[in-house]
Amino acid sequence: MLEIKDLSVDLNAEPVLRNISFTAKTGKILGIIGPNGAGKTTLLRAISGLIPIRIGNLELDSENLVDKSIIERAKLIASVPQSSSLPMAFNVWDMVMLGRTPYLNWLEQTSSQDDEIIQFSLQQTQSLDLAMRKVGELSAGEQQRVLLARALAQSTPVLLMDEPTTHLDLRYQIELLDLVQQLTRQKNLITIIVLHDLNLASRYADEMMLLEHGQIVAFGNPQKVLRDAVLSRVYQIPIHVDKKTRIPHVFPK
Amino acid sequence: MLLSIAIGSVVIPLKTVLQVLFNSRVGDAGFSTFTTIIWELRIPRTILMILAGAALAGSGSAYQGLFRNPLADPYLIGAASGAGLGAVIAITIHWPGSVFGFFVVPLAAFIGAVLTVLLVFGVSRAGKTTPVTTLILAGVAVSSFATALTSFLLINSSGELRRALVWLMGGSTLSGWMPVLGAAPYILIGLVTLLSMGHALNVLQFGDEQARQLGLRVPLFRTLIILAATLATAAAVAFTGIIGFVGLIVPHVMRNLWGGDYRRLLPLSIIGGATFLLAADILSRILLAPQELPVGIITALAGAPFFLLLLRKSKQQYW
Repeated sequence: MLEIKDLSVDLNAEPVLRNISFTAKTGKILGIIGPNGAGKTTLLRAISGLIPIRIGNLELDSENLVDKSIIERAKLIASVPQSSSLPMAFNVWDMVMLGRTPYLNWLEQTSSQDDEIIQFSLQQTQSLDLAMRKVGELSAGEQQRVLLARALAQSTPVLLMDEPTTHLDLRYQIELLDLVQQLTRQKNLITIIVLHDLNLASRYADEMMLLEHGQIVAFGNPQKVLRDAVLSRVYQIPIHVDKKTRIPHVFPK
Repeated sequence: MLLSIAIGSVVIPLKTVLQVLFNSRVGDAGFSTFTTIIWELRIPRTILMILAGAALAGSGSAYQGLFRNPLADPYLIGAASGAGLGAVIAITIHWPGSVFGFFVVPLAAFIGAVLTVLLVFGVSRAGKTTPVTTLILAGVAVSSFATALTSFLLINSSGELRRALVWLMGGSTLSGWMPVLGAAPYILIGLVTLLSMGHALNVLQFGDEQARQLGLRVPLFRTLIILAATLATAAAVAFTGIIGFVGLIVPHVMRNLWGGDYRRLLPLSIIGGATFLLAADILSRILLAPQELPVGIITALAGAPFFLLLLRKSKQQYW
């Protein structure tokens, strides 16, 4: 269970996040939605340790994470970045290996146990056959999968993803999020995903958080968060949510 | 290596070289000149070139990885131009010829290199972090300034001009064992440190943010890599002059041939740099024999076309 309490973040003297408090549960996907500039990415960055937390608290199973060193934090929280800025000459195995960084000794040598974890991570993301390929040769969908494998190799209870589906076509979007959902259940991960696509969020998130101007305006299951009135106000266009289907379906009017 | 020992303004037959090296004809009168040339000139020069080539190419590949910039080389952040300025100042003001007289030029070069790098870092430091783009821009600006100052001093100086020019073009003004002993400790410390940074450099390829999320202490490793690379560069430049292109192209060639994994790339660049510079140095001694060319001219003349050819031929994107 990941608990955030009264988190506030200022960037360049501007308030970006205000009094954020929520709990993300084990084995569940928490989807963060909200318009551009609402603070979604900042929230992920604060959790992953890129932005120091000065006001508020971050606890994993009642253990305080705020003062943890970045090595300790990298053993607890893994992030899947967007695939846009990858060094193309890297081969996949070597990239996934970097997930083991927080566990290496000072000589930075990998053990056979590390190798097993890397292989297993590649297997779980169905990308073992990509191991010897170069990152630059992969499709966007494959790149996201091997980045997911790198995060899994970090062996963390928490998985953060920032817009993982941005550059993917529909098939890869569904395949990737199916995979994330399956892994979240299987490995009891606490998965937090920032998603732009409200329908993808609706389909995959067990719980959702709607952010506006750095504050939580709605939190709960998709049925509860996805409502005409609040979405129309936050996104500033008329939006209708069809709840006749099993998964609430969102479309602009 | 044997070639490098044999060739020079006095060409010594390889057989004789081997005989001298293995001490088989000690006491033979005709041999004493050869023995002196080999032990006092050729061997130290060979070792110095190996050390300098290794230092330049090793730190070149480290800088390229650290700044994630294919143009980065030991000179980008000001090490070389600072060294040049230091050396020329020492030469033009006729530093008093003490016992250490001939050591003053490299010493001044070393100080110049370190001061310039410190200045570049001081300028580009923004708060707690050092943005890479700012760093490179500051490096270019400070380098230009130092180079301009160097030219100014050269134009104003009367004598010693040739000595300064030769040094600037990468011709060692020193010979014998002194430069080897002077450069070796710094270069070895720098390179050994760099060799242990392969994994860290791999992580840094993904940018500072991902590196931190992967649990790398980015500021610590960045500082260590810069210090180690600058130390090796400054020592090489101080004792061999400004030798361009080795630090830029050798890492690229190695990356092109063997891929971008820094755990392999660093040692390969070091070996490649040593080999390349040694070969260039041999050429510099035979092209206009008995006159010697500054080796920096050879590295650029031979290196640039080869590099262009490689860029043209390489089909896949390797950076």
